[in-house]
Amino acid sequence: MSAVVSERGRDAAPGAAAGLDARVVVRRGGFALEAVVQVPGGSVVALMGPSGAGKSTLLGVLAGLTGFEEGHVRLGGRTLDESPARRTPPASRGVVLLGQDPRLFPHLSARDNVAFGLRVHGATKAAAADGAVDWLRRVGLEDLGGRRPAQLSGGQQQRVALARALATAPAAILLDEPLTSLDTETAGDVRALLHQQLAATGTTAVVATHDAVDAVALASRLVVLEDGRVTQSGPVREVLASPATRFAAAVAGLNRVVGTVDAAAWRAGNLVLPLPAGAQHPSLAAVFRPSDVRVVDGAPSGAAEWTAHIVRLEQTPAGVRVRTADPDVAVDVTADRAAGLAPGDPITLRVDPADVRFVVEA
Amino acid sequence: MTTTEAAHASAREERAGFVPRVLAVPAVIGLALLILPLGALVLRVEWGTLWSDVTSPEALSALGLSLATGAAATVVCVVLGVPLALLIARSTVRTAAVLRALVTVPLVLPPMVGGVAMLFLFGRTSWLGGILAEWGIRIPFTTTAVVMAQTFVALPFLVLALEGALRSTGVGFEQAAAGLGAGRWTILARVTLPLAAPGLVAGIVLCFARAIGEFGATALFAGNAPGVTQTMPLAIYTAFNGAGVSQGTAVALSLLLLVTAVGVLLLVRAWRAEAPR
Repeated sequence: MSAVVSERGRDAAPGAAAGLDARVVVRRGGFALEAVVQVPGGSVVALMGPSGAGKSTLLGVLAGLTGFEEGHVRLGGRTLDESPARRTPPASRGVVLLGQDPRLFPHLSARDNVAFGLRVHGATKAAAADGAVDWLRRVGLEDLGGRRPAQLSGGQQQRVALARALATAPAAILLDEPLTSLDTETAGDVRALLHQQLAATGTTAVVATHDAVDAVALASRLVVLEDGRVTQSGPVREVLASPATRFAAAVAGLNRVVGTVDAAAWRAGNLVLPLPAGAQHPSLAAVFRPSDVRVVDGAPSGAAEWTAHIVRLEQTPAGVRVRTADPDVAVDVTADRAAGLAPGDPITLRVDPADVRFVVEA
Repeated sequence: MTTTEAAHASAREERAGFVPRVLAVPAVIGLALLILPLGALVLRVEWGTLWSDVTSPEALSALGLSLATGAAATVVCVVLGVPLALLIARSTVRTAAVLRALVTVPLVLPPMVGGVAMLFLFGRTSWLGGILAEWGIRIPFTTTAVVMAQTFVALPFLVLALEGALRSTGVGFEQAAAGLGAGRWTILARVTLPLAAPGLVAGIVLCFARAIGEFGATALFAGNAPGVTQTMPLAIYTAFNGAGVSQGTAVALSLLLLVTAVGVLLLVRAWRAEAPR
């Protein structure tokens, strides 16, 4: 078989035996997903990647809904799947997949939706009803238990879905972009609730998201999945601080410029930076914030100043983000400073070498 | 004009869209074609003898046989049709298309052809009929044949109505239920069928209505023996041809079928208005 891109060495996380340990190979036509994911018991791992990277496919495999060609899924000390033949059906896995659509049963009230999971786990009707009321209180919906899903807002539906999932005490919960369809404020509330309840219940969880805020708020570790492969993983803040790929840098909101090293200097297009002592790798990427880049009047006059060309201007809440070429660098400027700038214009930029981190290009 | 009236008028204008106005003429003619014959039927009812016509022994026997066989056929359709609808709805697109086409054949086929076909399958001269005859089982021209003929023509209605509902609901809710730990039978009983209930009820009603009205296949496969295979449609036909029951009875029985049909429709509407959407 072809090589599996595994997580880095430090990622063979302790406690993985009690948590989730999966190695999954899925081939669908031209697409191949080959990923290793380990989630220590009771912790939350965020899964980020561009659209089509295979996040949902991976979660589908973990939930037992999607078949896979090779690999294994182990959870809480049980081996759920082992290639080639062993498969545990979704109903016996103890894994709840919670997606963008909360999939509440439309013919049941919020209370009955939560009670459903308790009933199938053997609770009596009365016990399930009591449990449902209790869980709705924990997600802040004690007054709305009698409502049908259609009578609830999107955020309330996600709360009910979370209560329904956690009420069954799952061995793992998989969240597939659960906040994507909510407005910013509601998403913030549900995110806080997710964090609180996942921590309170000590549930092992994987959260697929496109928003770094979710990763930071919910997860201790971050796995970056690109084109079916894990390109980076580690503690969330470490990954965001030293992104190994353009995608990871974009998620972290950082510039990531790949350059070459010659004669104690680092070079990418017009940008030349002094190398810190000891950084002697032939291919290094410079990582720095768009807000650490300054626009300078006149021609480049010193080190770490360069002439760039404006590709486009983007409005941001704080001002304007200027995208420049050769090398591709984003620069944050105030709206005042952006006045008079136009695509195609040359612009002189400076970045303080102290604000630049160098990471080894993978 | 009050504000409310104005609001209603504007809502009406919005709904009207941009259909050519002249199309109202064929639309009304079409509606008349559907409604006027029924009006003519009602006009011919001899109200004085209506009660005695409906309660005549021949009429009561036909009515009882129709209700009993129609109910039996509907039960058979549910027992066989729900699994068949599930099979089609959860098949791949290509398999589903083939199965759906097969189910649709009896629907577009003249029922008489179905009756002839069933006669050839179960008749004494056929291979299957011969085996059954050896066991002392004779199906053609029995009440069982009535139920089978009705099932043959009514089953597609139930299958297609339910299959549409199952397909449009999809498997997402079933996946959610499975993830919560529910087994297959629990999912079927508590998620799949309740969600498809509008389609199931519509299917059962159509199925029953079609079974009650079945004529062609019954006439050829089951015959026209009063008390055994003479259902209401056959009794009406016989009465109209001047044999057995009188023509007044034919009209009275027709009215009874009409009233039953309208009643069932109203019941379904009331049920649907309460159903969660």
